[in-house]
Amino acid sequence: MIDVNDNNMTLANLQKGKDARVIAVNGESTVMRRLMEMGVIPGVDIRMIKSAPFGDPLEVRVRGYRLALRRNEADAIEISI
Amino acid sequence: MNARKQLTIALAGNPNAGKTTLFNSLTGLKQKVANYPGVTVERKEGSWQLIGSQAKLIDLPGLYSLDATSMDEQIARDVLTGEQPGVPKPDVIIAVVDATNLERNLYLVTQLFEFGIPVVVALTMIDAFEKQKHEIDIGKLSRALKVPVIAVNAKSSRGRTELISRVKELVESPKTNSFALDLSETDGRDHAKIFARYNFISNAVQDSVKHNDAHEHSVSDKIDRVLTHKFFGLVILVAILLLVFQTIFSWASLPMDLLQKGFGALGDTVRSQLPAGVLADLLVDGIIAGVGGVLVFLPQILLLFLFISLLEDTGYLSRAAFLLDKLMSRVGLHGKAFLPLMSSFACAIPGIMATRTIESKRDRFATILIAPFMSCSARLPVYTLMIATFFAGRTIFGFLSLGAVLMLAMYSLGIIVAICVAFVLKRTLLKAPPPPFIMELPPYRLPNVRTVFQNMLTRAWMFVKRAGTVILAISIILWALTYFPRSLSAPQAAVQTNAQAEQPATLSESEHLKNSYAGKLGHVIEPVIAPLGFDWKIGVALIASFAAREVLVSTLSIIYNVGKDENEESPTLISAIRGAKRDDGAPAWTPLTALSLMVFFVLAMQCMSTVAVVRRETNSWNWTLFMVGYMTALAYVGSLITYQAGRFFGFS
Repeated sequence: MIDVNDNNMTLANLQKGKDARVIAVNGESTVMRRLMEMGVIPGVDIRMIKSAPFGDPLEVRVRGYRLALRRNEADAIEISI
Repeated sequence: MNARKQLTIALAGNPNAGKTTLFNSLTGLKQKVANYPGVTVERKEGSWQLIGSQAKLIDLPGLYSLDATSMDEQIARDVLTGEQPGVPKPDVIIAVVDATNLERNLYLVTQLFEFGIPVVVALTMIDAFEKQKHEIDIGKLSRALKVPVIAVNAKSSRGRTELISRVKELVESPKTNSFALDLSETDGRDHAKIFARYNFISNAVQDSVKHNDAHEHSVSDKIDRVLTHKFFGLVILVAILLLVFQTIFSWASLPMDLLQKGFGALGDTVRSQLPAGVLADLLVDGIIAGVGGVLVFLPQILLLFLFISLLEDTGYLSRAAFLLDKLMSRVGLHGKAFLPLMSSFACAIPGIMATRTIESKRDRFATILIAPFMSCSARLPVYTLMIATFFAGRTIFGFLSLGAVLMLAMYSLGIIVAICVAFVLKRTLLKAPPPPFIMELPPYRLPNVRTVFQNMLTRAWMFVKRAGTVILAISIILWALTYFPRSLSAPQAAVQTNAQAEQPATLSESEHLKNSYAGKLGHVIEPVIAPLGFDWKIGVALIASFAAREVLVSTLSIIYNVGKDENEESPTLISAIRGAKRDDGAPAWTPLTALSLMVFFVLAMQCMSTVAVVRRETNSWNWTLFMVGYMTALAYVGSLITYQAGRFFGFS
């Protein structure tokens, strides 16, 4: 069994239907800032709902609403399960 | 103090928070929609009857934040600081907050506190919230936020009286929230501000809301299991689009015929009332025919806007973007570019106007620049005429109709070229990293009939109004090119030498056209278009059809003396084209010429309404002229390759 190290776990590899908590949102771009303004900040709970037909983008639930984002962006969001 | 002055009240809120519905219910029909100067951000204003006074209600664009990263946010910010020219600084802000999505909606509210303007929170969707068995203590929320909070329902007018009295109270004794001061110490672009705001919100919500965790799966979730399903989601998307286009084409044909007949009748009436001469010809052949030829597409445009508004209002549009983003991003476009491009198969005008949903300017421009490659309905008469004349009744492999295959090939050619152009543009002129895709998937809702129709009519009216002036001007110019110079002596000799002398009026029309500036221009460009397989007569038709593609059919009818009211399936026109000779006696048309012409029509920017709308939407003549230029160049090269390669392989 290979366990994913908590430190390296990002939202992009969270399994469908699983919950996690955001521990860091990396990057200084306006994109990451927009994500934070949409409520994705450290400490918030997040659930992976599904990925789109071609594997990207992803749909997550955060603060009671549905948000779609690309894997690229999700990869900059560190989580712990 | 302020009793004499007209009040200004701003309505602010997240997209999908129910802002438009509230705006409509407060203002009734007393509203007007325009654009803020120089940009395509909609400026919506209405008048709101408060007790004893009247207020100007400004509906700000739907916003998630006020950080001024998008045009919408910049405009909203300018309005709230009083820096937007022509808009007085608001006296009160009504913050529209969706109760089912409280935390994220309140984020904007915490930003609104920073403008020093009193804020009232109008809580919408409260019924849906309570249906999910959540509980909210509005009094507690109000105390936590330190501003009035009122539950409103646009349909039942719940909360309207209270909203009015709260607004009046705040106008008389302005009270602002002091939350802004708490943040003044965290400075700059530090994310600490965002964290502090959400921290404040979490505390406020924790005290006043009791969530019912048992009620996990809403109706919306269940619908989404099917509609964004990996397989069925795509199948349903394709089915919905087919239905939309089928409906547009079948429902629009009747009103389009009526409009066409109506403009024809109008032209006849005007002609019969005026003395024959330049004025009558200008009005009938220039203005009525030109403007009418564009307005004929209004039924299609209205229907398309109806469907877009419907898909938008139910929440399906963002799902479509979600499903297709991966495909679109391969080309460097946003998932949201899909719908404008799809719409352009009916008509590029609504398609280009629908690009407003794309936030990034570069992605939006890239989408606008490739939208006209989608084969629109105005190209159909051209394809139909060419196929009926040269390829009818032929099959390949014994069972496939050659006409159908060619039709499909023309549509595919447009799509392939569009993809290539987008690919190149996104790496050169409009170079930008792949657009971010951060999009809310709002809960599905039943569409609000009024919002849907209002959206449809506003957009259609903007098309008519904005494009109208340019179309009128170009109609007159093109008419003049095909009309002047005109000698007063009718070419009698031509009448006698021609066997079809039963139509002297059209015959002289044809002679006039040959002698006109357009006719001369046809001769001038003949050396240029000869490598494409076109003689000067086809050149004249090409020039005339820069107004609108379907004009090709009526121009060819005039050139070949068959009367200008012939349509693309007319046997007279078809045999005239087949029998047409060049000046040296060789046949003017071959199947290869027809193919070359079809390719030209797939790629060329021959639609003055589209040019007008692109100018309007990009707010730049440079981009507009660039588009006309590169499309014409591509059309020339495409046609050249088709004709020369065809000849090389021995086709004629």
